[in-house]
Amino acid sequence: MEKRVIFRSSWLPWALLLPQMAVILVFFFWPASQALVQSLQLQDAFGTSTEWVGLANFRQLFDDPSYIESFKTTALFSALVAGLGISLSLLLAVFADRIVRGAMIYKTLLVVPYAVAPAVAAVLWVFMFSPSLGVVSYALGHFGIEWNHLLNSDHAMALIVMASVWKQISYNFLFFLAGLQSIPKSLIEAAAIDGARPWRRFWTIQFPLLSPTTFFLLVINVVYAFFDTFAIVDAATQGGPGKETAILVYKVYYDGFKAMDLGGSAAQSVVLMLIVVVLTVVQFRYVEKKVNY
Amino acid sequence: MVERRLTAGILAHVVMLIGVAIVAFPLYLAFVASTHTAQEIVQAPMPLLPGSHFWETYKAALFGRDNGAGSTAPVARMMWVSLVSALVITFGKIAISLLSAFAVVYFRFPFKQLCFWMIFITLMLPVEVRIGPTYQVVSDLGMLNSYAGLTIPLIASATATFLFRQFFLTVPDELVEAARMDGAGPMRFFKDVLVPLSRTSIASLFVIQFIYGWNQYLWPLLATTTEDMYPVVIGIKRMIAGGDGQNEWNIVMATALLAMLPPAAVVILMQKWFVKGLVDTEK
Repeated sequence: MEKRVIFRSSWLPWALLLPQMAVILVFFFWPASQALVQSLQLQDAFGTSTEWVGLANFRQLFDDPSYIESFKTTALFSALVAGLGISLSLLLAVFADRIVRGAMIYKTLLVVPYAVAPAVAAVLWVFMFSPSLGVVSYALGHFGIEWNHLLNSDHAMALIVMASVWKQISYNFLFFLAGLQSIPKSLIEAAAIDGARPWRRFWTIQFPLLSPTTFFLLVINVVYAFFDTFAIVDAATQGGPGKETAILVYKVYYDGFKAMDLGGSAAQSVVLMLIVVVLTVVQFRYVEKKVNY
Repeated sequence: MVERRLTAGILAHVVMLIGVAIVAFPLYLAFVASTHTAQEIVQAPMPLLPGSHFWETYKAALFGRDNGAGSTAPVARMMWVSLVSALVITFGKIAISLLSAFAVVYFRFPFKQLCFWMIFITLMLPVEVRIGPTYQVVSDLGMLNSYAGLTIPLIASATATFLFRQFFLTVPDELVEAARMDGAGPMRFFKDVLVPLSRTSIASLFVIQFIYGWNQYLWPLLATTTEDMYPVVIGIKRMIAGGDGQNEWNIVMATALLAMLPPAAVVILMQKWFVKGLVDTEK
C-alpha cells in the first residue's frame, strides 16, 4: 500500500531511518552474521587461533546426546506450558465472560502476573516450593509427597512449568476474553432457544469460533516457552538438577558463557534462528488468514 | 446473557474466585514473608498472616544492610537503574519507530523495500539467538556496565515500526495537502499533525515497552558485572545465591514486590491502553 500524497526530499528519509538502521545493523545483523561465521569455525580455548571447520560444529552438535536431550526437554516444556496455559486461561475466560457484575475486579487481578518479570516470578515460585521452608512443599509433605526440585528432575520441570504458566495466564486470558466477547450474542441466544445447555453451547459454538484465537495463542505460547523463559529457568533451576531443565536457550547461554564453547554455542544460535524463522512464518501465515476470516 | 440462573452465576463466581486466589497466592505469600524476620520464615511452616516487621524489612532492602548471604546491595539504586533503562528503552523505541515509519510511509526513495524488510527481519533475531556475538560487539564498543550498553542494543523495534506504519496509512491524505497548502514542511507536519494523532498508539506502546524494558533479564545479565549497574531483576537473582537456609527471604520477597510495583502500577493504571497495546502489537 502506498500513499497518494507524499513529501519530496532526497536526504530526509535517510536521516529519519538512520537511528533505527544504525541500531539494527550494529546490534542485530552484524552479531547474527558473526554467529553464522563462528558456527563454521573452531576456536581454541584462549581465542588465539581459529580455523574453518565447515559443518563440523553442527555435526558435533547433533551427535551430542545432551543437545538432543535439550531438544526433547524444550519440546516437553513448551507442550506443557502451552497446553496448561491455554486450557486454564480458557476456563477462566469462559467463566469471566458470564459474569456481569465485578468482572472488572477479576480482570484487574488476573492481568497482574503479566507485569511481573519472569525472574521475579521464578523467585516467588521457588520460595513457595523450597524444600526446607516452602509453604506448598510443607503442605505436600502431609500428602506424602517429598518435594525437592533440587534433586528430583520431574519436580524441577513441574516448577518451571508452573512459574511459566502463571506468568503467561494473563496474556492468554485477555485474548480469550476478547475473543469470547466478539462472538455475536444472537448466535448464543439462538442456540439457547433451541434448547442447548451452556456446556453444549460452549463446545458447539464458542469453542469452534474461538479456534483462530486458540491457534494464535498456541503459536505465541510456544514462542514464549522457547525464548522468553530463559529467566525463569536461570532463576529457578539453572538447568538442573543435572541438565534436565536445560532448554535450548539456556544451553546456548551456558555453552557460550559458562563452558566457553564458542563454535558450539554459535551453531546452536543458528539452529535457534531457523526455529524462530519457522515460527514467525507460521504466525504470519495465520495472520493473513485472520484478515479474511 | 441468555438465561439467568442463580446457580450458574454462583458457579462462575466460585471458579473465578478460585482462579484469582491461585494466581494471587504467590504475591500474597511474598507480602507476608516481607513482613516477618528471616528467622521467622525459616521455621517451617512459615506464618501465613502478615507480621509486624514491614518497615524494617523494606528499609533494609531499599537502603542496603551490612551482612547477609548473596548480594546485599541497596535496592533503591537497582530500582533507579531499572527505571532509567526502562524509560530509555521505551521512549527510544517509540521515537526511532515513529521516525522510521514516517520515512517509509511519506517518502519515496531507493531501497525503501529493502529497508523495510531489514526492519522486519529483526523480529526473527531476538537477543536469545545471538547473545554471544552481541555481547562481543557491546564489549568492543566499551559499553558494558553503562546505561548505553543496557539500552541501545534493545532499542530497535520492528513491532512498533509496523504499528505506526499501519496507523499512518490510515491518516487521510487531505491532512498532508492541507498542511502543505499552509506552507508546512515534512518535519512540521510530523510534529504538529502526525505525532499528536498517534497519541493512543503511543500510550499503548508505552505500556507494553515499559514492561518489556523493566523485565529484561538475559541482556543485563551479560552487559553488567558491577553491582551499581544491576537492574533490580538481576539484583534479586543474585540475592538468592546463598541457598535455602541462608537466604534472607524477607528481604528477597520485599525486593520482589518492589521490583514488580512499577510495571504492575503501569498495567493497572493504564489498563485500557495495555489491552489495546497487546492486541495491536500482535497484528
